[in-house]
Amino acid sequence: MATTFDATQLPVEAERKPSRAAGFLNSFLLRRLLKALFTAFVVITLTFFLIRLLPSNPIELFIQELMVQYSMPYHQARDQAAALFAIDLEKPLILQYFDYLGGLVRGDLGTSILSPGTPVTSFIKRFLPWTVFSVGLALMISFTSGVILGLLMAYRRESLLDHILTVLASVLSAIPNYILGILLIIWLGVRWGVVPVAQMRGSLSPGVQPGFTLAFFQDALFHAALPIAAYVLTTVGSWMLTMKSSTISVLEEDYVTVARAKGLKESRITTAYVGRNAALPLFTLLAISIGFVVGGSVLIETIFQYQGIGYVLLQAVNRRDYVVMQGVFLIITLSVIFANFFADMLYSWLDPRIKFGAAE
Amino acid sequence: MNLVKQTLASLGTTLRIMSYNKVGFAGFLMVIFIVLMSFVGPYFIPLDTVTKVDKIFQSPSAEHWFGTDHQGRDIFSQIIHGGKDVIVVAVIAGVLSTLIAVTFGTLSGFAGGRTDAFIMAITDVMLTIPQLPLLLILASLMKFENVTSLGVLLGLLNWPSLLRAVRSQALSLKERDFIEAARSLDLGTTHIVFREIVPNMMTYIIISLALAMTGAIYAQVALVLFGLVPFSGSNWGVMLSLAWVRGAIFFKDSVWYIMMPIAAIVLLQLSVVTTTRSLELVFNPRLRSGE
Repeated sequence: MATTFDATQLPVEAERKPSRAAGFLNSFLLRRLLKALFTAFVVITLTFFLIRLLPSNPIELFIQELMVQYSMPYHQARDQAAALFAIDLEKPLILQYFDYLGGLVRGDLGTSILSPGTPVTSFIKRFLPWTVFSVGLALMISFTSGVILGLLMAYRRESLLDHILTVLASVLSAIPNYILGILLIIWLGVRWGVVPVAQMRGSLSPGVQPGFTLAFFQDALFHAALPIAAYVLTTVGSWMLTMKSSTISVLEEDYVTVARAKGLKESRITTAYVGRNAALPLFTLLAISIGFVVGGSVLIETIFQYQGIGYVLLQAVNRRDYVVMQGVFLIITLSVIFANFFADMLYSWLDPRIKFGAAE
Repeated sequence: MNLVKQTLASLGTTLRIMSYNKVGFAGFLMVIFIVLMSFVGPYFIPLDTVTKVDKIFQSPSAEHWFGTDHQGRDIFSQIIHGGKDVIVVAVIAGVLSTLIAVTFGTLSGFAGGRTDAFIMAITDVMLTIPQLPLLLILASLMKFENVTSLGVLLGLLNWPSLLRAVRSQALSLKERDFIEAARSLDLGTTHIVFREIVPNMMTYIIISLALAMTGAIYAQVALVLFGLVPFSGSNWGVMLSLAWVRGAIFFKDSVWYIMMPIAAIVLLQLSVVTTTRSLELVFNPRLRSGE
């Protein structure tokens, strides 16, 4: 049996032992990076074959459409489709796939069908930043307030505040985010007229130039306010409830009792001992939440007419602009993969144990 | 006769256990009410399909309990008729994804090694792809003529997070003493899986089912709302979509038209979620000891 003194020294020793190179190769981050790259590769492959192999694949549908609408002969329609999708249809499929990969590496995602001459990448450059801005800010607000409120609920367990917040959290997380968006528009925007919904459409007011000016940031926040409210309100509930139950179990840990016995200040125990440890499991859920919120942005941005990448995707789906659909879907997925990797990095920085242990 | 008595008695016990959690029991009663309303109600209340120009967008009255829509049709009858499809899709998708999650999650947890690595690699990739955008694209490439095919598609997409939960549950169960004991007694795989493991995972399975169902409701209403699934007729999603497109949000009396399907959808979601609290008590005896 090791004495308590040795047990506390152990992890520090384990940290120093392995050489840097070996540590890096086995490291949690490298494994996560490989996983992210693998996922990206699978998604890229899947998108390509989904577009090409499905019985009603977009290229065939597009050829049919050209033939019907412009009464083009088959080979002409086929040539036009091939040009727009940046695919050489005469080549065997596997070579087309390599062409597609090559295009991706060069940053070529094809050209929009409905806005000829507009490369998909220009859509992405123009609209993706708005989604990253609104979704990122919403996730931060939701996560932070969920953690604080959950902590509060655990400390004031069984109080009136706890009961009210629990009911609120359960109800809010049961409402689909697009329905909450509609409710915000109906009640705040139209019926009570508190919020000027019509002016808040779009991602910026006309005439405002992007730049490091106060006017720009104010305007960007003004337009993003409703989408952010919808994301935050529908996700904060699950953070609150998870944080509450996590805090309750941490409060029973011995190290909290020891900290109390040592006479540490309650505020320090709450932040450094309880809060930090209770919030850890929430970071593993962050990855799932990022995917869900980014996916939901398609609906939320359409409801509020906020011009981000989700809005572009739904427009492309509705207008059957397959090239844009394919490119935007790929970018959305890649950003989720990147965000997940970022969340993993954050997690390993906050909880050094997982860098070395097998715990995942 | 005896069998009937026994069944009734155990049903009574189950209901009594469920009623220990007041909120959960209320949710359960609400689910029963919504299901009865949607499946039995249509036999008693005919769907109002007659356009009445003089009755457009009326607020609730004795004649029209929930008011009227943009064609002067009764909203109450549409709500009664509109739940069936939503519930059928949710149940098909929920059962299918739970089945996938439980089967492969248990397999992954117990088999370990390469099987585990393989299943988890697929799961992780599926988990990373944002479901809704994928669904939107699939919906634009495929044609959904009926409720079943939509339910099956949603079920095929919605299992990854459930599978992870089931797998971690299976991993922790594997190490427990009673499984070890059953192994040493040589009780056989079938016995171990169905008599020892599945009953112990029942709570997770039931919660997974409820979560999968709410996920399916979320996705299907979204698809219908944004016009990607060409459903017609009475369906809460279609009602919501029509009300949104027809600008029902702009007038005081027409707000009922959009609020009613919203209320129905949210109430169904909320009651399914709260019911799990009562069901937990039934399948996990440890939770009721305090009562």
